[in-house]
Amino acid sequence: MDDLLSEFLTETNENLSVLDVELVRLEQNPNNPELLSNIFRLVHTIKGTCGFLGLPRLEKVAHASENVLGKFRDGELTINPEAVSLILQALDTIKSLLAVLEATEAEPPGDDLPLIERLNLCAEGKLGNAPATVAAAAPPPPPPPAPAAPAAENRPMSLEELEAIWNSTPGPNDVPATPAAPAGTAVATRAPEPPEEPAPSHDLVLSDAEPAAAKMPAPVAPVAAAGGAGGTDAGAEAATKESAVAAQTIRVNVDLLENLMTMVSELVLTRNQLLQILRSQKESEFAAPLQRLNHVTSELQEGVMKTRMQPIGNAWAKLPRLVRDLAHELNKKIDLQMLGADTELDRQVLELIKDPLTHMVRNSADHGLEIPAERLKAGKTETGRITLNAYHEGGHIIIEIQDDGKGLAIDRIKQKAIQNGMASEIELASMTDQQIIQFIMKPGFSTAAKVTNVSGRGVGMDVVKTNIEKIGGTIEIKSAQGKGSTFVIKIPLTLAIVSALIVECAGERFAIPQISVVELVRAAADSEHTIERLKGTPVLRLRNRLLPLVSLQELLRLDDNEGAKKPEDETFIVVTQVGTYTFGIMVDRVFDTEEIVVKPVAPILRHIEMFSGNTILGDGSVIMILDPNGIASATGEMAMGEAAGKETTAVQTQRQEDKMALLLFRAGEGAPKAVPLSLVARLEDVDLATVELSNGLPVVQYRGKLMPLVPIDPHFSLANEGRQPVLVFADGDRSMGLIVDEIVDIVEEKLNVQLAAERPGLMGSAIIAGKATEVIDAGFFLTQAYKDWFGSSAQEGFEEEKLQRVLLVDDSPFFRNLLTPLLSVAGYDVTAVENAGDALALCEAGEDFDVIVSDIEMPGMSGFDFAEAVRHGSRWQRIPMVALSSHASARDLDRGRIAGFNDYVAKFDRDALLFALQQTLTDQKGAA
Amino acid sequence: MSNANLPSTVRKSKGDDIVVSANLDYVTMTIADQMFGIPVLQVQDVLGHQRITRIPLAPPEVAGSLNLRGRIVTAIDVRLRLGLPGRPKDKPGMSIVVDLRGELYSLMVDSVGEVLSLTKEDFERNPATLDPRWREVSTGIYRLNGQLMVVLDVPRLLNFTTIETA
Repeated sequence: MDDLLSEFLTETNENLSVLDVELVRLEQNPNNPELLSNIFRLVHTIKGTCGFLGLPRLEKVAHASENVLGKFRDGELTINPEAVSLILQALDTIKSLLAVLEATEAEPPGDDLPLIERLNLCAEGKLGNAPATVAAAAPPPPPPPAPAAPAAENRPMSLEELEAIWNSTPGPNDVPATPAAPAGTAVATRAPEPPEEPAPSHDLVLSDAEPAAAKMPAPVAPVAAAGGAGGTDAGAEAATKESAVAAQTIRVNVDLLENLMTMVSELVLTRNQLLQILRSQKESEFAAPLQRLNHVTSELQEGVMKTRMQPIGNAWAKLPRLVRDLAHELNKKIDLQMLGADTELDRQVLELIKDPLTHMVRNSADHGLEIPAERLKAGKTETGRITLNAYHEGGHIIIEIQDDGKGLAIDRIKQKAIQNGMASEIELASMTDQQIIQFIMKPGFSTAAKVTNVSGRGVGMDVVKTNIEKIGGTIEIKSAQGKGSTFVIKIPLTLAIVSALIVECAGERFAIPQISVVELVRAAADSEHTIERLKGTPVLRLRNRLLPLVSLQELLRLDDNEGAKKPEDETFIVVTQVGTYTFGIMVDRVFDTEEIVVKPVAPILRHIEMFSGNTILGDGSVIMILDPNGIASATGEMAMGEAAGKETTAVQTQRQEDKMALLLFRAGEGAPKAVPLSLVARLEDVDLATVELSNGLPVVQYRGKLMPLVPIDPHFSLANEGRQPVLVFADGDRSMGLIVDEIVDIVEEKLNVQLAAERPGLMGSAIIAGKATEVIDAGFFLTQAYKDWFGSSAQEGFEEEKLQRVLLVDDSPFFRNLLTPLLSVAGYDVTAVENAGDALALCEAGEDFDVIVSDIEMPGMSGFDFAEAVRHGSRWQRIPMVALSSHASARDLDRGRIAGFNDYVAKFDRDALLFALQQTLTDQKGAA
Repeated sequence: MSNANLPSTVRKSKGDDIVVSANLDYVTMTIADQMFGIPVLQVQDVLGHQRITRIPLAPPEVAGSLNLRGRIVTAIDVRLRLGLPGRPKDKPGMSIVVDLRGELYSLMVDSVGEVLSLTKEDFERNPATLDPRWREVSTGIYRLNGQLMVVLDVPRLLNFTTIETA
């Protein structure tokens, strides 16, 4: 309240001085509507604020003045000096009231009825000739006739004056209004009124004035004295009084402050620069003055910073009201507690967190807290509690929003996530609660069962998160079922100057904001930490957790043209936290921390999300500031909670760690055999008696069609009776049965064919379930059944020493599963996705491939569209593409070329595909 | 900085001409033996060789950023922007600093020449056959004694969105 009041005093005093001037001008130019409306607005503001602050006495005076001004504005009254001086009088009254207010922090008791009456009269247009009467009847009260501090002598004066007006007004008013005859009655009926009215008011005022006068001396003595001291004195006194508060604060344009801040930032930079120079010089006569400059600059910085600081309570000011209204609307009982409201933070930051905070409190009230009945049932008090707590912690401000409601409903979030297609049930099952909670931060997510006017519209937490991240802050959620939830926001104290860690990578230096740095780890061959690799992806064992690592050099595609002289055996890892996702950034060297001023990067570089800005270091060089958020989102899964180790490694790892379900069986001689389970449509047990011969080959009637049966061993002959297990392969309306001896097992294993086979029908051998297993080439057997299923079945060996990476885009799982092993056995590293969208997502995610093989007919985005998308502006525009289609007419070929495909292969022509891949890749290499 | 002698050039050429108002002043520069010009009023500074911080992931035309008296300036390799091969490493080169919407850019060129005051009569639009990349960033050509000067349009030179599609 204190702050509010002093702010009000400053503002009103300012407005009043403006009003004084304006009113005088108005008197001189009565026809200036602009002037008038400005005056009206100012008075209106004063009235409004008085009402808001609960200052009835001031409000009444202001209100009456406003009425008069309103009439002026509407042209119902003409502006005359009398009216203006009356308004000025009212302003004086307001001033003297303010003086008391300033001295005692309370309105002086009493009221200003006489003045108000006169103002009202004036507003009614009855003051037209009244001034004369007033002047005649009551000259004694000079300009400040009813100065607020109810000086006892003034009171009766005003009353007399009032009576004079009352007595005089009926006359002139009545005469023109009513003709002669009824005049008498009119007067008669009116006659009793005046005495009645003034009488009580007389009493009232007297009874009020006397005790007031009696009580007054103590608290309001100076003002009363001032009031009594007479016109000019009182005015002067009031003027000095008024400035007492005003003089302590001045209003400064925010731009000016911002500008000042920028200048100080520059000064800080220069200071840093000087200190850096000093450090390199052992003995310098500059040392002492520089130390001094250092201190002065720090103090200046602090001082300027303070001008921008505002208590966080300012952002909370609206919350109690909001919560009250919400409680009412939602039929809940809510107690809002605000702790640390005087914690100060940067004005800019404050503005930016205002809305997110409001939103979160609203969320807590709506989603978090239960209705009283439910609370009682749960054994809690009827009244729910929301606690806001703000405090400083190491250069940051922590704001906690805590409620003791039901906590986040994990099940509902799961449901919703499935509903919105954000995750599958299986994915959810493997997530921790912490990870599931993160979903509420995703766009388009709201668990409120019904959309209320309060929340549930699905725009919310994601916006909150973005806003907070925008200012370099982080948000964490803790929730306990039935006990409530806590949101912890961590934001930097100020946006202008941040402390940053300077690191070096491939000869370039970068700054990492200190707020996201958790710790530094030195990894070297001789230290307890070493970097281990999972299929090329670096990870670090840190306190029994696996920390995913990001190589800054790879991420920023820095080439080590400095001659790779960095010590290969030593790497520093900056453990960085973004939300709940922790990862390590691998750098070559770590320097010290430095205070830096974040400057935005040039517009042409804004699209690079790895950088949040740039700055000038102490030594004068320009340095880029890394954005941990950008790095996290560029390298993989974002903000996925505790199981960071296994969850959040780059996409690459996830992809390479993909396991495949394999069907193990025995057939013929030798090792157990395996085939990707996804290729197998069904497992059947065929009654051999039903097997017929067609065209010399065994067939069986299967689902209304003839299905050829193919043995793995060509010399195998079917028995005539009994049952035989059969693997059914199907594609479209064709199916084929592979005769096996025994189905052994289904295992999940990464298929890594290690030895290419020489025998037709086998892709090679792999270790599956700990045993060397022959992986069969389903394609071979398909062609056995249907010659046209594919072309021939010649095999390609390993050609390349380094695996070429192939991206396979095909909507048919059958072909994906068929081609993946086929291509991998031919020496390619295959990634298969089922549609163009997924493929482009991989592109976004930063994956790289040597060649893309894409189907043409796909639901959604067709292969042609996909090729165009890739060719136009994607990162992949230089990657060769091979089209794969069952239509291979000349027209299709042309269309494919135009869309951007380098080659076009008929879908079932395996050899052609392998040849085309090889050709395309060699072409590419030649070109590069 | 190194342009201390420039104002005198301006004065001299202005004094020679009778109708001063019809003239436009250009800072000339050379890139791959071709003369280019930028209206003198757009030029903030002329710099010698500077230490430049590379910016990873930036478009190739962006050579990096540098510190000009406490302001961060983005350096643009004009050679690459014009589709020319990069400058040989042994030549230090010079830079012209221009202001575009409050941001400073340093245009890296081979060398910076004098300021010329040129009359409109010598001005011509770009020939239609000019390399489209050059046409895009140039407003026209001045016929000078013995050589041609290409006028660079700074906003278009720094408009990188058009590069992507080119």
